[in-house]
Amino acid sequence: MTALKTLYDKIWDAHVAQEDADGTCLLYIDRHLVHEVTSPQAFEGLRLAGRPVRAPEKTIAVPDHNVPTTLDREKGIENEESRIQVEALDKNARDFGVNYYPVSDIRQGIVHIVGPEQGWTLPGMTVVCGDSHTATHGAFGALAHGIGTSEVEHVLATQTLIQKKSKNMKVEITGHLRPGVTAKDITLSVIGATGTAGGTGYVIEYCGQAIRDLSMEGRMTVCNMAIEGGARAGIIAPDQKTFDYCMGRPHAPKGAQWEAAVTWWKTLFTDEGAHFDKVVTLKGEDIAPVVTWGTSPEDVLPITATVPAPESFTGGKVEAAQRALDYMGLTAGQKLTDIQIDTVFIGSCTNGRIEDLRAAAAVLKGKKIKAGMRAMVVPGSGLVRAQAEEEGLAQIFIDAGFEWRLAGCSMCLAMNPDQLAPGERCAATSNRNFEGRQGRGGRTHLLSPAMAAAAAITGHLTDIREMM
Amino acid sequence: MDKFTTLTGIAAPMPLLNIDTDMIIPKQFLKTIKRSGLGVNLFDEMRYTQDGKEIPTFVLNQPAYRKAEIIVAGDNFGCGSSREHAPWALLDFGIRAVISTSFADIFYSNCFKNGILPIVLPKAAVEVLMADAQKGANARITVDLEQQTVTASDGQSFAFDVDPFKKHCLLNGLDDIGLTLEKVKAIDTFEAAAAQSRPWV
Ligand code: SF4
Repeated sequence: MTALKTLYDKIWDAHVAQEDADGTCLLYIDRHLVHEVTSPQAFEGLRLAGRPVRAPEKTIAVPDHNVPTTLDREKGIENEESRIQVEALDKNARDFGVNYYPVSDIRQGIVHIVGPEQGWTLPGMTVVCGDSHTATHGAFGALAHGIGTSEVEHVLATQTLIQKKSKNMKVEITGHLRPGVTAKDITLSVIGATGTAGGTGYVIEYCGQAIRDLSMEGRMTVCNMAIEGGARAGIIAPDQKTFDYCMGRPHAPKGAQWEAAVTWWKTLFTDEGAHFDKVVTLKGEDIAPVVTWGTSPEDVLPITATVPAPESFTGGKVEAAQRALDYMGLTAGQKLTDIQIDTVFIGSCTNGRIEDLRAAAAVLKGKKIKAGMRAMVVPGSGLVRAQAEEEGLAQIFIDAGFEWRLAGCSMCLAMNPDQLAPGERCAATSNRNFEGRQGRGGRTHLLSPAMAAAAAITGHLTDIREMM
Repeated sequence: MDKFTTLTGIAAPMPLLNIDTDMIIPKQFLKTIKRSGLGVNLFDEMRYTQDGKEIPTFVLNQPAYRKAEIIVAGDNFGCGSSREHAPWALLDFGIRAVISTSFADIFYSNCFKNGILPIVLPKAAVEVLMADAQKGANARITVDLEQQTVTASDGQSFAFDVDPFKKHCLLNGLDDIGLTLEKVKAIDTFEAAAAQSRPWV
């Protein structure tokens, strides 16, 4: 009998080009996504060494982090350094002949939204990008993880990575989600349960009925934040929903190749009884709509809870929690639903897809945001934006008082002009609430798109279930 | 890449948990297209006020630690983004080793590519070294990669684990890409076979 394998084992084994005696492997990379922030030094390294890109046809570049998302963006990027970075990508993409979606292309958007949308990301692939949220692509049953710039250069030059295998971790969400609970609540709740270092050294496979029930968009949201849980990657076994999503996309296989691909993809699941080094199980019914109160994604609580007291933690976390409360301007015992919000940001590679915009629009329909509230929607790609306009979602956002932006990372990390002022408090559908993440002194509460929309209307963190 | 063999230097104590890459180098400094020059902005928002003045209480601003070459840090150092600007900034400041109970995965591997040694030790050992670092500039900590030991100023020594391949590259300052290109035959063979079995890739 052959050894029982996990999904991760299977994809790993299918990509080892060479293994050394000590277990160090050369892992072949099927897709390499590139953006403007982490690639200039890598391309420069190739130039200096006189090396070409080994597989430009498997390399896809798109600017996203620095691009303005305001409607006047064709007038160019004002900040000189940002402009230089985007221009460097333009030039590198041209010089090295890789696939490229420039700012002017309707297909431009956040790299982790563009990859799946264009059919570059497919089940069973290895996918890397110089960006930690590459974990997103694991939703397709691909082994996908972030790499540093030296590794970007390594992949450009060799189409491989030097890797050692991670351990296997299973996160199972059993049963069904209750109304008002979304993929974002699942992924935040898992991090709340395991901590931001809980997945360190592991590749997480998400499974169970509640995961099966999610759309591809929802699965991407879950895998996206595997990195906030410390894992190298998150992965979900492909099924009919995955195949349906991929079929007909520009870079998905067609005809006989499609048939052959699906036949292989159907073998990509964890064998019954295969070994996991760590198992975490949550009941779908137990998951509530959640928000973060602190400055680490593990600082998660149900929206019905109160701000915790630092003394309720142990070890170094007591100090960290105190620091977080000071930074966030909160006091222990305060009800989370009493926290007043200045700004709402809907977007990012976590929640910038069409389904996210639909969920937010459903809450906002026929309503207005609180007077004085600053609220923006930044679609994840030009195509998401176009679809939302076609479906009438854009008009709902605009009528409610939201700014309707062009695609990019925008206020997720505030490298473009979209930033929080010191002390400004934001309800954000993005993935990081670190100090200064959305602007120096800015305060971030992470939540789902529907909860963000609810907060925009009421002006404070709100239990979405009360608006349903 | 610079070799790393042994180092005896000043260690700065940073007991905070989950020091993330946004703290190590905030995003406004990611706009560079170079690798160098980031040291002045290392820990920028913790180190300077909004108008650019040094915050005297921040550890690296204190006279004892301005020349630190080692950081002893709280759990889960380097979590967050994949930005290699984080190790570039540490290196540019002069940090060659970081000691903690745990590191985020991508940051950990980025360090090795830049001649920085991240050292994982059990909590008890990190506590001893943290206390040692808190003594200031007279308490020098010694890191020996060949022997895989960290020695506190009072001579207490702790052994650490490191991947043999990563150790080899760091000891010799080897460039990964050059090493991999020596195995180009294996890559060619794999690619040819994959073109048959998974032609859609
Ligand atoms: S949307 Fe945010 S998390 Fe996603 S790639 Fe952009 S900056 Fe990173």
